[in-house]
Amino acid sequence: MLGRLSWSSIPFDEPIALVAGGGAVLGGLAVLALVTVMGWWPYLWREWLTSVDHKRIGVMYTFLAMIMLLRGFADAIMMRSQQAIAVNGAEGFLPPDHYDQIFSAHGTIMIFFVAMPFVVGLMNFVIPLQLGVRDVAFPVLNSVSFWLTASGALLVNASLVIGNFSRTGWLAYPPLSELAFSPDVGVDYWLWSLQISGLGTLLAGINMVTTILKLRAPGMIYFRMPVFCWTALASNMLIIAAFPILTATMAMLLLDRYLGMHFFTNEAGGSAMMYVNLIWAWGHPEVYILILPAFGVFSEVIATFSGKALFGYRSMVLATLGICVLSFMVWLHHFFTMGASADVNAFFGVMSMVIAVPTGVKVFNWLFTLFHGRVRFTSPVLWSLGFMVTFVIGGMTGVLMAVPPVDFMLHNSVFLIAHFHNVIIGGVLFGMFAGYTYWFPKAFGFILDERLGKAAFWCWLIGFYLAFMPLYVLGLMGMTRRLQHVADPSWQPLLLVAELGALFVALGILCQIAQLYVSIRTRDQRRDLTGDPWDGRTLEWATASPPPSYNFAVMPDVEDVDAFWEIKKRQELDAVEPSYEDIEMPRNTPTGIIIAFCAVVTGFAAIWHIWWAVILGAIASAVVMMVFGWSEEREFEIPAAEVGRIERARPALGRAA
Amino acid sequence: MQQRHDAGSLVAKSLARNPLSAGRHRKALRTILVCLAAAGLTSCQQAGMLAPKGPIAAQELLLLINTTEIMLTVVVPVILLTLGFAWWYRSSNPRANHSPEWAYQGGVEFVVWSIPALIVILVGGVAWIGAHQLDPKAPIASTAKPLQVDVVALDWKWLFIYPDQRVATLNQLVVPAGTPVNFRLTSATVMNSFFIPQLGSQIYTMGGMTTHLNLMADAPGEFPGISAQFSGDGFADMRFTVKAVPSGDFDKWVTTARGAGSALDDAGYGALTKPSHAVPPATYRSVDPKLFDRIVEQTAAMPADVRAAGAWCPPAPQTGG
Repeated sequence: MLGRLSWSSIPFDEPIALVAGGGAVLGGLAVLALVTVMGWWPYLWREWLTSVDHKRIGVMYTFLAMIMLLRGFADAIMMRSQQAIAVNGAEGFLPPDHYDQIFSAHGTIMIFFVAMPFVVGLMNFVIPLQLGVRDVAFPVLNSVSFWLTASGALLVNASLVIGNFSRTGWLAYPPLSELAFSPDVGVDYWLWSLQISGLGTLLAGINMVTTILKLRAPGMIYFRMPVFCWTALASNMLIIAAFPILTATMAMLLLDRYLGMHFFTNEAGGSAMMYVNLIWAWGHPEVYILILPAFGVFSEVIATFSGKALFGYRSMVLATLGICVLSFMVWLHHFFTMGASADVNAFFGVMSMVIAVPTGVKVFNWLFTLFHGRVRFTSPVLWSLGFMVTFVIGGMTGVLMAVPPVDFMLHNSVFLIAHFHNVIIGGVLFGMFAGYTYWFPKAFGFILDERLGKAAFWCWLIGFYLAFMPLYVLGLMGMTRRLQHVADPSWQPLLLVAELGALFVALGILCQIAQLYVSIRTRDQRRDLTGDPWDGRTLEWATASPPPSYNFAVMPDVEDVDAFWEIKKRQELDAVEPSYEDIEMPRNTPTGIIIAFCAVVTGFAAIWHIWWAVILGAIASAVVMMVFGWSEEREFEIPAAEVGRIERARPALGRAA
Repeated sequence: MQQRHDAGSLVAKSLARNPLSAGRHRKALRTILVCLAAAGLTSCQQAGMLAPKGPIAAQELLLLINTTEIMLTVVVPVILLTLGFAWWYRSSNPRANHSPEWAYQGGVEFVVWSIPALIVILVGGVAWIGAHQLDPKAPIASTAKPLQVDVVALDWKWLFIYPDQRVATLNQLVVPAGTPVNFRLTSATVMNSFFIPQLGSQIYTMGGMTTHLNLMADAPGEFPGISAQFSGDGFADMRFTVKAVPSGDFDKWVTTARGAGSALDDAGYGALTKPSHAVPPATYRSVDPKLFDRIVEQTAAMPADVRAAGAWCPPAPQTGG
């Protein structure tokens, strides 16, 4: 009846896991109780959970990313503490089977449930606004995508309390992840949560590419799109090309584990090398899926706050598309040490360096955007400058490891750990924080507290350097990754410095929580009444903050790259009141959240071999899709008079600024 | 087989044969790196790849240093320019020029694409030559006849078979200093990576497959060896010691080993395939020189069955090599 599930699946004998899991469950229940007591359910259901508005979905993606950041960071600080303590014979507080789950969960969560939803969330919120349109191409599909991602996150967190998570690292290399070596449910949790969220990501990619290719404001030809739209286009094309590889690879591992097949096993002709190739054929483009939109954010932020157009726009577009293509030609650099021939290693080493050329071009173009600018040191600018300084260091260590013989030494060392945190924290995460601060007023109509925002930046920056510079040195000293305890006592001082860095980052996160809290409390003093708090250049600033559900009452006319900047220069605003027309908008629907619920049931049941529930969940989600497919009332109209009333209630642009 | 000395490019020569000028650079950067470590409150102990004890490790460290230096010529100015531009063009600086419309200039774009391209051509050349010269499969040129060692990764320990000497060791590798060692490697369990940081290149060990590696220790000494690819709960203890001994002492060691310890027969190997960690070093007085091939062909006992013994469901039946 319940497959492998029994009372012994709950880790009563592991105090740390039990406290963490129990805390998460109690916290979740407390939130649910609060929502119930306050009677917020109808509002939440109507306005958020069933919403198909790209802005709401974008906000929910970002919220999910931030919650999961807390979980992923808790894992991080436990790892750093364990390694700092467990030196020279000391065992530390995490036994190997628990420690191995923690680093596996940390990587999985940070990539799939922090970085991805953060990036997808920002794109979801910003892209239709920048393109000057009213929604994405497929609004309901957008809701389905988000809820599938959230389902994956829920399953990962369920492994805290019921059963255990994977102990095979974030990419679950076979044969370790095969049944013979990992017979418990951990790898199955990993596989099903990523299959479900991966499907969501693929659908989101298709949606976003369609939106950018097919829905743009009148006059917005490709070469008038903001750079963030270009980077989003490149990133989503990569999603469409790369995520099916991930899905297929994990499907093969699932077949190995569930049906005794031999794609990647040691015996019967299976080849783990094939898995490693396939997973990185997805994994390397994934890096660029994350970083390209971050590059887009920096381009917007640096141009806006320098009061200048982005330098070398066409160069930037070319560089973005170059990275997009090249990112599929470098995957082998993740395993130079597998024994490929010198020619193969050399080819992929050189290709990996070639990709640094367009990246370097971008850095120079940002530099020349600052040049002869008028730089306002807001916190998005601090994140951007912090990025530029940090990212070139990460880029340098990346090119260093693209030299195959150097990689023979540094592969899998904590030098590598330092390198990819250098580019993912210093690149992706800083970019997302810059974007979060930059577009927050657009989403909620008030500006985040700058003082706490800057404090958060400095804590993160100092924390990053303290946490990861020691790892570069330790890597050179021969320390490999994923060690539950370390043998060499001379490593301990540097490990303690790294621990201190993690504490600084914790302080940074606290500042961000405080920033959000203080800003909400004092929101009335920090309202953005103009819709254009930063003197922006692109179309999202042409509408109110927060924008009405239909984004733009009248489709804007685009005549240049910095469309809104040109409109402001022409002083066309407020000249004549436009004539409003009826606007057709998609109706909210619970399709997404119900399908996701079915997906959670299916995934959870598959993990625990509860076959009847697997079938039930799969059938139910198919039925929901069909019901939605045949429903008639999918749109509703906002009458012109109502549009006019909303628009007239809004303070005129430019006056309060 | 291609010999390292045959690759006759300039960079290659400077790498392999010009230890003097290279040594100066290396010393400078190593001092910087070590002082970085010192800034992190460590005792100024040199370890790992910062203290190479063989030709491969020395050349790899040199490559690392040269590549870093080439890139620093751009990275440092970029960092300084970023901070400098941001500071000088701050909005509160009335003396700074402001050209809000300046967004394109062909010459600047040309330079912007050229600088990273030139660096990449340079570093790419280093990578191409280095990858060929330091190919793990390429034998090390030496007058001494290479020693053959077969390496088997087990859960969670290392088995070293000396097929010519017909002895074997566990978690310790004894090699003659100044003699190239030619490794064949495989795994009797999951993927691992065989790595002696002070001697250089690591290489994966994979079940059912053989990889090749050539290393050499310059002088006698003891160096730590590790697995550098996570392989399960006992991974952190999957360490071994490398003892490089004077070549005369190596023959003496072989003689001693032949007279001590147990023989590594099939039952003994079967016991080794059971998971265990932090196993003390051992020597075996005799071993089947074909054991390595049998492990690769998977006709020796496989630990996969052992680890899965307590599992909820038996693994798929083995169909054999």
